[in-house]
Amino acid sequence: MNINFTLIAQAIAFAVLIWFTVKFVWPPLLKAIEARQKEIADGLAAASEGRSALEVAAKKSEVTLNEAKQKASEIIGQAEKRASQIVEEAKGNAKVEGERILAGAKAEIDQEVNRAKEGLRAQVSSLAVAGAEKILRKEIDAKAHSDMLSKLAAEL
Amino acid sequence: MATEHAQQAEHALTPSSYIQHHLSFNAQSVGDGSFWTLHVDTLAMSVVLGLLVMGLVWWIARGATVAVPTKRQAFVELVFGFVDEQVKNIFHGDRHSFIAPTALTVFLWVFAMNAMDFLPVDIFAKFMHAIGFDTWRAVPTSDINTTFALALAVWILMIFFSIKVKGLGGWVHELFCAPFGSAKLFKPKTFLGFVGLIVSPLLFVANFAFNIIEYVSKPLSHSLRLFGNMYAGEVIFLLIGLWAATGLTGTIFGAILGASWSIFHILIVALQAFIFMMLTVVYLAMAHESH
Repeated sequence: MNINFTLIAQAIAFAVLIWFTVKFVWPPLLKAIEARQKEIADGLAAASEGRSALEVAAKKSEVTLNEAKQKASEIIGQAEKRASQIVEEAKGNAKVEGERILAGAKAEIDQEVNRAKEGLRAQVSSLAVAGAEKILRKEIDAKAHSDMLSKLAAEL
Repeated sequence: MATEHAQQAEHALTPSSYIQHHLSFNAQSVGDGSFWTLHVDTLAMSVVLGLLVMGLVWWIARGATVAVPTKRQAFVELVFGFVDEQVKNIFHGDRHSFIAPTALTVFLWVFAMNAMDFLPVDIFAKFMHAIGFDTWRAVPTSDINTTFALALAVWILMIFFSIKVKGLGGWVHELFCAPFGSAKLFKPKTFLGFVGLIVSPLLFVANFAFNIIEYVSKPLSHSLRLFGNMYAGEVIFLLIGLWAATGLTGTIFGAILGASWSIFHILIVALQAFIFMMLTVVYLAMAHESH
């Protein structure tokens, strides 16, 4: 328990050690640690930013998807409407066409019938004239009575 | 002469001579008078340990990277963070320029010096004897000179910061006007003013006495706490060593007891280093506060 010169020597050693630590040990450690802390903080901030950006993007994509779905169903509805319209139109057209064809055919048939009638009528009249000629060969001059005979034929 | 002394010691190996031998310093006279002696063992051990510990930390700090740290850098950063956290909680100012590095120095250095207690007393003494040092104490902190040197340095820093922060006038003012305060003198011709005139000198005396006691007790308690713990620890190791020398039973129980005391001493070594650091920081932080 005797205080002696060791005290002063130790105090000097202590001062030198403090100076050494203040000058050379503490600053590089502090620098490295603070830089790393900053880096970590930045990284965490970037991560949270990225997370929020992801959320926004997810929301946006959902909205876009819904819009697309709506549009698609709209288009499908329109297409269906259009298709039924076309079918209806085609049906109408076919009906009209059919009717037209039918009417044409009827007219043709009428024409044929009339033509046949005319033919028959001419044949009947000539047959009648021939018959009458045969009967009245002598009494009737074909030339003189042809007017009357054709009138007769027209009346048949 | 050293061998002669050793022979003498070996011839008369009594318990008291054994302990006395282990507790005597390697003192060298550097001048006239009893003050001018130097404990070579204390100084050499502490300087070597200081260079070793702070040099190691310096070597790792020099190569410190911002990226993923190596294991040894992580360890140093762990200690750094621990000390920095303690200082941050006590001292609210620019701690990085002086106080925190000082705390780190104190903690690591005192820890290393305390840790010399783990060296087996007799084997270490035999080793030092073999290389020519008859007396050699391994634990610098069980020398009152070391602990008092540290405490005194902190004490001087305390006064230095006190004056630096508050100015010489502020410091002297605080010596006389804190902690009990001073009566207001500026009420002439009133009863209160008269009372103040009487009371103020008494308060000055009380404040000054209180501050003097504080300034004396701080370095004493600071240094004697560490010294007492380490000295007692060393003496107990010596007593265990004494018991171990009494025979086979003593050796077995001495070994068990020595191991237990070593394990318990790990706590004391770390705790005393921590307490010494904390008191250093508290004293320096108090010097920055004005009352």
